[in-house]
Amino acid sequence: MQPTYKMAEKQKALFTRSGGGTEGEQEMEEEVGETPVPNIMETAFYFEQAGVGLSSDESFRIFLAMKQLVEQQPIHTCRFWGKILGIKRSYLVAEVEFREGEEEAEEEEVEEMTEGGEVMEAHGEEEGEEDEEKAVDIVPKSVWKPPPVIPKEESRSGANKYLYFVCNEPGLPWTRLPHVTPAQIVNARKIKKFFTGYLDTPVVSYPPFPGNEANYLRAQIARISAATQVSPLGFYQFSEEEGDEEEEGGAGRDSYEENPDFEGIPVLELVDSMANWVHHTQHILPQGRCTWVNPLQKTEEEEDLGEEEEKADEGPEEVEQEVGPPLLTPLSEDAEIMHLAPWTTRLSCSLCPQYSVAVVRSNLWPGAYAYASGKKFENIYIGWGHKYSPESFNPALPAPIQQEYPSGPEIMEMSDPTVEEEQALKAAQEQALGATEEEEEGEEEEEGEETDD
Amino acid sequence: MDADSLLLSLELASGSGQGLSPDRRASLLTSLMLVKRDYRYDRVLFWGRILGLVADYYIAQGLSEDQLAPRKTLYSLNCTEWSLLPPATEEMVAQSSVVKGRFMGDPSYEYEHTELQKIDKAVAIIPRGALFKTPFGPTHVNRTFEGLSLSEAKKLSSYFHFREPVELKNKTLLEKADLDPSLDFMDSLEHDIPKGSWSIQMERGNALVVLRSLLWPGLTFYHAPRTKNYGYVYVGTGEKNMDLPFML
Repeated sequence: MQPTYKMAEKQKALFTRSGGGTEGEQEMEEEVGETPVPNIMETAFYFEQAGVGLSSDESFRIFLAMKQLVEQQPIHTCRFWGKILGIKRSYLVAEVEFREGEEEAEEEEVEEMTEGGEVMEAHGEEEGEEDEEKAVDIVPKSVWKPPPVIPKEESRSGANKYLYFVCNEPGLPWTRLPHVTPAQIVNARKIKKFFTGYLDTPVVSYPPFPGNEANYLRAQIARISAATQVSPLGFYQFSEEEGDEEEEGGAGRDSYEENPDFEGIPVLELVDSMANWVHHTQHILPQGRCTWVNPLQKTEEEEDLGEEEEKADEGPEEVEQEVGPPLLTPLSEDAEIMHLAPWTTRLSCSLCPQYSVAVVRSNLWPGAYAYASGKKFENIYIGWGHKYSPESFNPALPAPIQQEYPSGPEIMEMSDPTVEEEQALKAAQEQALGATEEEEEGEEEEEGEETDD
Repeated sequence: MDADSLLLSLELASGSGQGLSPDRRASLLTSLMLVKRDYRYDRVLFWGRILGLVADYYIAQGLSEDQLAPRKTLYSLNCTEWSLLPPATEEMVAQSSVVKGRFMGDPSYEYEHTELQKIDKAVAIIPRGALFKTPFGPTHVNRTFEGLSLSEAKKLSSYFHFREPVELKNKTLLEKADLDPSLDFMDSLEHDIPKGSWSIQMERGNALVVLRSLLWPGLTFYHAPRTKNYGYVYVGTGEKNMDLPFML
């Protein structure tokens, strides 16, 4: 029974207020003001009307755990994103935004490591060229270049707009999830794996996923957020800035702000038409980012190096810009899944429509719900973290076999001699040798025989 | 979950995120009571909720005295009026195993109730010791069942499928010698294929053990160790997770 008691102790710690008793009064005044911790109990109440969500004491514990998170980290806004179920343990996910300038310390360390890697490669190539000139027999140099790594998005933009913290149960410490890279999103779309509940579990799959469970979890969270975070039409509006459209070249706006004049849409209308709901997160492009980046733009380092190489390969380098639906697109524009509507709406209670809440449920990501009532709305996800597909999952096939090197005048592939041929050759050589040496060895034979015995 | 302890059961099964809204709960409590009286069932279980495309519907099951006898299944769209689902015949079962797709929300479709029966056969669970079999045949609820201990609760072998045993006869004599015929007369979850299709977790810091089916996502079984509380509920679309082997 030890673990039960330990857990209970940890959760008891959640309930005690920080700070001593003498400072109680001062704290009361400070706490009553703005706090980034969201009103989880209110959200839980509305979701309960819809039949979704965790029990009320669990929700309260989550509220206390988030309060603890807010005290430990410099958080500007915070939201309970949802719960992802796993095989051995589940994850509670909190979506936060740090205060300005706070999170850059960790980010810089990660960037330095990757930049260091690139510099190393550059040196490697230079040395390689020098060596080649010296060697007589030049090994053909491989012309294969790895596809350019698409840079991940900056913090606070696109898929990395928010930071995510996870914990397994309220009372346990929160762990921060790393930012997501486009490669991880692209790979996450190709695999389907259950989460085990332990962040450092490797993800064994084909195509190989670049990262462990923490990265896979972050990628799935990014996909779910991009696909299912919705709000009633009019709650958010684009912030008005002049000259925006020209600069961005029609790539779409990526920022929005709350509309102070929003008056709420009647619940019945919200349930009737999907056009009354809009996505307020950016769609993730097939590239794995929200804003498109041309992968073929040479960085400065590459330009210094491979001028010779540039002229050599000019192949099909024109890549089309990927465009996705712009921000604040209504849900009625979402693609259907076979013959299935992507969203299902319900009134929470048919018996009392005047006090009901409008609930929207995603059919594409089972477990994603949103409610709206009056001026309030909220999104939540409670589920296994996988997309629904009417067809079974087909893992990616292995890559086609690489083509062999074409035989040309420089390189000719010859078959190795078989064992019989080799032995015949050896016998023939020995005969030739034996014929020439017989005369020399004739005198030594007697001595050779004595020593053998 | 038992209709008698509905509220507590819903509270304990809420870890999977799906529950019932207060108006449904209230109507369930009253209507299941009436169903029990009208159909003269010994126990009424709230089986779960199927999320259909057009509408959701709620399923309940009625059990007679003999716990392992075929259960009657009832459905309702609004939790107040319940109607019997006709039992599926063998041909329907064979046909429906080929058809795929989501539930429409209208239980008069044949496909829907055969699927229901299949799901029920696959996922209804009972902890070991909750039922016992008398030599005369009928199985009864074990009133002295005090709940599994913590160590037993974490093992898959302590849970049985709540249906007529299928694999029991295939066991070797050696294995059968270890079994207690009054308690171990159903198939255990341990030998389910594919292995790993059940996720067993402790929630609330070891005060609650939750089993979730990975093959039929939406099935949650909960049990509070050392107490008599246990139950299962299915809230989902009614589709089998055919990708399970890739996902483990």
